[in-house]
Amino acid sequence: MRAGENRVWLLHIAVVLVILALHFVLPPYHHGILARVMVLAILAMGYNFAFGYTGLLSLGHALFFGAGMYAMGLGITGLGLSPGIAVLFAIVCSVLVSAIIGSLALRTAGVSLMIVTLMFAQAGWYLILYFGEITRGDEGFVIPQAQRLVAGIDLADSNNRYLIALILFAIVLFTTLKLVRSSFGKALVAIRENEERAKMLGYNVFAYKLGAIIVSGTISGLAGAAYGLLFGYVGATFASVQYSILPLLWVLLGGASTILGPFVGTLFMTYLIDISSEFTEAYLLVAGVILVLLTLFARQGIVGEVKKRFAPWLP
Amino acid sequence: MAAVNLLETKNLTKQFGGLTAVNGVSFELPAGQVRALIGPNGAGKSTLVGLLCGRIEATAGDVFFEGHKVTHIPAHKRIGMGMAYTFQITSIFGKLSLHENVALAARPHHKGGAGDLDQAVFGALGDVGLQDRAEELASDLSYGHQRLLEIAMGIVQKPKLLILDEPTQGLADVEVEQFNALIKRLSETSTILLIEHNMNVVMETADFITVLNFGEVLAEGTPQEVRANKLVQDAYLGAG
Repeated sequence: MRAGENRVWLLHIAVVLVILALHFVLPPYHHGILARVMVLAILAMGYNFAFGYTGLLSLGHALFFGAGMYAMGLGITGLGLSPGIAVLFAIVCSVLVSAIIGSLALRTAGVSLMIVTLMFAQAGWYLILYFGEITRGDEGFVIPQAQRLVAGIDLADSNNRYLIALILFAIVLFTTLKLVRSSFGKALVAIRENEERAKMLGYNVFAYKLGAIIVSGTISGLAGAAYGLLFGYVGATFASVQYSILPLLWVLLGGASTILGPFVGTLFMTYLIDISSEFTEAYLLVAGVILVLLTLFARQGIVGEVKKRFAPWLP
Repeated sequence: MAAVNLLETKNLTKQFGGLTAVNGVSFELPAGQVRALIGPNGAGKSTLVGLLCGRIEATAGDVFFEGHKVTHIPAHKRIGMGMAYTFQITSIFGKLSLHENVALAARPHHKGGAGDLDQAVFGALGDVGLQDRAEELASDLSYGHQRLLEIAMGIVQKPKLLILDEPTQGLADVEVEQFNALIKRLSETSTILLIEHNMNVVMETADFITVLNFGEVLAEGTPQEVRANKLVQDAYLGAG
């Protein structure tokens, strides 16, 4: 039992170390892509916590991503917060938003939950457009380089950006790893597998699901805040339905309810689009065909298939 | 003063649309007893226990557990108060190991460390003879063994009241004998409410029997009294 435990931690530490090593060897173009993938993978990990581990299919995570991003951005430009404080402010806002949305949306389940979360996210997106004077609407706003200094570290610098992205990625990776292996995480899996049984074992199913949405929404909000801060731009696109669908695709591709799946899925899809667009303008068609093939022949996603065939111990 | 009756209902009623599944049942279960709940198919047995443990909301009447009114308390809290319920239709976590199935049942009631939890889990699996298969997936078990896993998930909660909904359905004869012995052992620490079709199990294990028919209590008494009861004989013979 103990040895298996160590193996799990070592694997995930190794993944983080490999990404750190890549920092020193990657050419600038791929270095930039990987930094972006790490931040988006945080969104995917947040999504996976609700979808993969708890079985809550949300189509509204753009709301949490956008809430974190705008709380951070408006915190800096509107309230004059320092970047570090603005990120904390974004986390607090994400907790509140996910608690409110969760307590309303979780009165439904299944298809209704999808629709309700989608509606909330659309309402959030419209709110951003409606209050265009504050949010700058569709156009969005840039966070000036002068306001992207944390303790003297310039986040506009690509090296710093990569390392900060890696630190945040690692924090979320190990936090979710710890959480899914805790009794809280195991109860979520029980609820996913058999909700009625979990209730009749004494679990307060609603409270657990709400907890899962809050964790998931807060991680997604952190991803939004980090994305806006590291890449210096806040815009309504990031709160649009696209950013609810993308994390779902990344997680499905990489492997739902695996810890590394969200990162692998995000990386895979980003490069899939990047590489196919070099050869053809119909790159979305290529991406689409490969996605269909994967869903046909690797239904558990990439990491999910590895887990199923070779490494059942993968968390 | 401690409540003499662990469980009590007063005029408990459940209507599904026009159908009255449970009709004004007043029922008392003293602590320490093994009580069997029997009756023909459709007599309302499963609905009654659903009302007791909170899976089903009562239309009228009340449920008391250890003297407290629990009629409107949600199921998960009643489980927390010391009720345990095993499902009639096997309801386990198929994709999880036997160990994790039982651990999930234990955790809400467990205050100690991981080592204690492990011990409790293996203890409960041992009680039903599945301790050697702890790491197997629950879905790989035969139907009879899944029934036993259900029972282990009830036992590990160390409940004050253990409600078993047709626990021996699908068990082989040898397993039924083991089950009878297990119930006798468990009855030393828990009060047991047993819904059962197998009359051998009922006569072997129950201290007292309640007979339901058409949602109402038809008769109550010791196994000998119930066996001799003319009404009960008619109900069973009449309903097939």
